Amino acid sequence: MTDRKIRVLIAKPGLDGHDRGAKVVARALRDAGMEVIYTGLRQTPDMIAESALQEDVDVVGLSILSGAHNALVPAVIDKLRASGMDDVRVFVGGIIPEADIPALLDKGVYAVYGPGTDTQTVAAEIKAALNPSNN
Amino acid sequence: MTHIDPDAIRQGDRLALSRALTAVENGDPPGQDVQTALFPYTGKAHLVGITGAPGTGKSTLVNQLAKAFRHTDINGAPKVAILAVDPSSPFSGGALLGDRIRMQDLSGDPGIFIRSMASRGALGGLAHSTAAFATLLDAAGFELIFIETVGAGQAEVDIAQLAHTVVVVEAPGLGDDIQAIKAGILEIADILVVNKADRPGAENTARALEAMLGMAQGRGNFPPSGKHLITTFENTQEEPIPAPADWEPPVLCVTATEGKGVAELVSKIREHHTYLHDSGLWQVKEANRLRRDLENLIRDALLKDWQRNLDEEKFHSVLEDLIQRKCSPMEALERLL
Repeated sequence: MTDRKIRVLIAKPGLDGHDRGAKVVARALRDAGMEVIYTGLRQTPDMIAESALQEDVDVVGLSILSGAHNALVPAVIDKLRASGMDDVRVFVGGIIPEADIPALLDKGVYAVYGPGTDTQTVAAEIKAALNPSNN
Repeated sequence: MTHIDPDAIRQGDRLALSRALTAVENGDPPGQDVQTALFPYTGKAHLVGITGAPGTGKSTLVNQLAKAFRHTDINGAPKVAILAVDPSSPFSGGALLGDRIRMQDLSGDPGIFIRSMASRGALGGLAHSTAAFATLLDAAGFELIFIETVGAGQAEVDIAQLAHTVVVVEAPGLGDDIQAIKAGILEIADILVVNKADRPGAENTARALEAMLGMAQGRGNFPPSGKHLITTFENTQEEPIPAPADWEPPVLCVTATEGKGVAELVSKIREHHTYLHDSGLWQVKEANRLRRDLENLIRDALLKDWQRNLDEEKFHSVLEDLIQRKCSPMEALERLL
């Protein structure tokens, strides 16, 4: 008998200091029954990958408001893959211009959420991303 | 379910270690296999519990302690692991684990491994798997393991049965001197810390704690810290207590955010480690802990066995009688067992 919980790392890479959005998402995922690890502000891609590894999370959520997503997101994904975490799913939230989304999806992000996203959508899509067969 | 290589864990493969911890936490069979394979390599690590009320600064203190042990040890710094437990929601079963926020200084050091745990319904301030996590980290070569409990009130004292050294963290302004002489968390302290010592009232808190300890010693037969745990099961044949030189729990003032007083705390933790070994208490604690673990395993196995053989229909009819007040809980028990 197993007692499995979805574990999610919510991380803020880069230099912007606004984590209201990250906290709202973290809280919503907690209420959806997940174990959410929040690491605080100003994380480097190395720090995020290291935390994800130590916590053995299923999903990493990156909150970025600074506009540096095109640099930060691929860097985080490369670090995750380099440390052997091939199966960790990544989503991005924040202020991301439409035009940049396809490249992020290409890089392996499974969803990009802008302002006003229903948090229940985020939770439901995490569950879907982890169990593709249930769709 | 993938196989987990115990040798990889012993050789320092952090991903293998992390995956093993998950398997143990979820009760997956590979988790049990890896625990069995690694058990012979355990028993070396010094387990230090950090407990205290929410917001007293436990995470910040653990951060400072880990840094200090990693940077100031002359005889080669120990590898340090941190297990940080936060509560699970009783409603959703989810949890927000935020202890890493205070431990960002530690990232990038390959001699440190931090794992956050949700309590998953356990009530004693730890999670069910915390003890198993500590043994895996022990086998992985971590010599010093800090275990930060859920923000604990008065009765969350499981840490005393797991850790070799218990540090209880207080902060100024949380209660009067009557709180200090209540039973519970203060009794289990090997070291007492008044954190946020830069705040007004810190001296009063320290004085109240010292007075509490003074009263205990004045009573003569009050068991000094640590020893009362050893006689928990008086009717069972536990190891007799050797006559150790008494350890008097010190009260230390610390300002963790500035690192003030941390060096003194580090040396007290080392001193307590030496004391445990010199007095023979270390072996006694280990023996008693293994005994309790075994008793818990037996209890869980018996419960599972009973649940497997349970006659659902009979259970519900007895339960219905109980709800209707047709029988008492004790009578219900007799009918079911």
